[in-house]
Amino acid sequence: MSSIRSSLAGARGLGSAKTGTGHFWAQRVSAIALVPLTLWFVACLASQFGASYESVTTWLSSPFQASLMAIYLAAIFYHSQLGLQTVVEDYVHAESLKLATLIVLQLVNILLGVSAVVSVLMILAGAA
Amino acid sequence: MAEFRLPKNSQISKGKHFPAPDDAKRVKTFRIYRWEPEAGENPRVDSFDVDLDRCGPMVLDAVIKIKNQIDPTLTFRRSCREGVCGSCAFNIDGKNTLACTTRIEDIDGDVRIYPLPHMPVVKDLVCDLTHFYAQLESIEPWIKTDTAKPSRERLQTPEDRAKLDGYYECILCACCSTSCPSYWWNPERYLGPAVLLQAYRWIVDSRDEATGERLDELEDPFKLYRCHTIMNCTNTCPKGLNPAKAIAETKKLLVERRG
Repeated sequence: MSSIRSSLAGARGLGSAKTGTGHFWAQRVSAIALVPLTLWFVACLASQFGASYESVTTWLSSPFQASLMAIYLAAIFYHSQLGLQTVVEDYVHAESLKLATLIVLQLVNILLGVSAVVSVLMILAGAA
Repeated sequence: MAEFRLPKNSQISKGKHFPAPDDAKRVKTFRIYRWEPEAGENPRVDSFDVDLDRCGPMVLDAVIKIKNQIDPTLTFRRSCREGVCGSCAFNIDGKNTLACTTRIEDIDGDVRIYPLPHMPVVKDLVCDLTHFYAQLESIEPWIKTDTAKPSRERLQTPEDRAKLDGYYECILCACCSTSCPSYWWNPERYLGPAVLLQAYRWIVDSRDEATGERLDELEDPFKLYRCHTIMNCTNTCPKGLNPAKAIAETKKLLVERRG
């Protein structure tokens, strides 16, 4: 702390961002949502184990299964985005590198999440 | 980036050895971190062989004996020697705790004593707590009211008073904050468990009228939400308090007030 600023000024810094609770809550809720969704997904994998491609796509073409699958995939990439953001904020201290990493992470998670949901829609539409 | 290795000038070398008197029967070795700012040398670990038959039962007794009888240059903080002042907080046998309430006989092998982790060292076992105290000041740890001053004391039901139990006992020794990896990585912005426990002690006080403002000030991705419930704070607290619970309760209040 070699600074001629007072220690209190240093501790107060830029003040409170008045945010963070939304992120915290979303991380908890998405984690809890992923518990039953993952159990459902594993049960599905087990039930379709060794089945033909047609059988799997037919099963996934039901609106209920397709919706659950889309929600599951979206929740995974949303939760992954929230968690990875936390890791970067913890460990990356150079402001420019932190900002760049956070933007790239967000774009990658959006890309993966959207392409996963689009894949489900394509199966639903019989395009795959 | 977070630093995972000690900088070159912080790497520890082997120090001096001070043998016990020849007639000593029960000898315990104390390996103590030493660093002098003026010497321009790297820190070292000196070992002191102490005759336990001529020493009090606590680690602090041995440290004081070493300073008085073996090496007067050994520098450390201590005051009350009974777990109330929080001055003699060191990393003892790998755990942050108070030297005055830690029994020598409870430690197997050599007693290793280092300053509190990840703090700037002033000399030997004395670390710089300036920023830690400034962070405490930043949460304004005093009662705040707008209602006109009562003619007598501010009343509080026994139930409301009981909500302060487990929090008012904190002696601000900094054992918890300096055991917290999140505080190691982000000490500038994360308030750390000790200060957040103090903040909660005022948030939960029924006599305080600034609860909302206090929550506003904490609602920040760094000040509060760097806590990832690692629990080192609760594990290490020499007073047996639970800072992680205080932080969790604060987070619950912040969620609750969103509607």
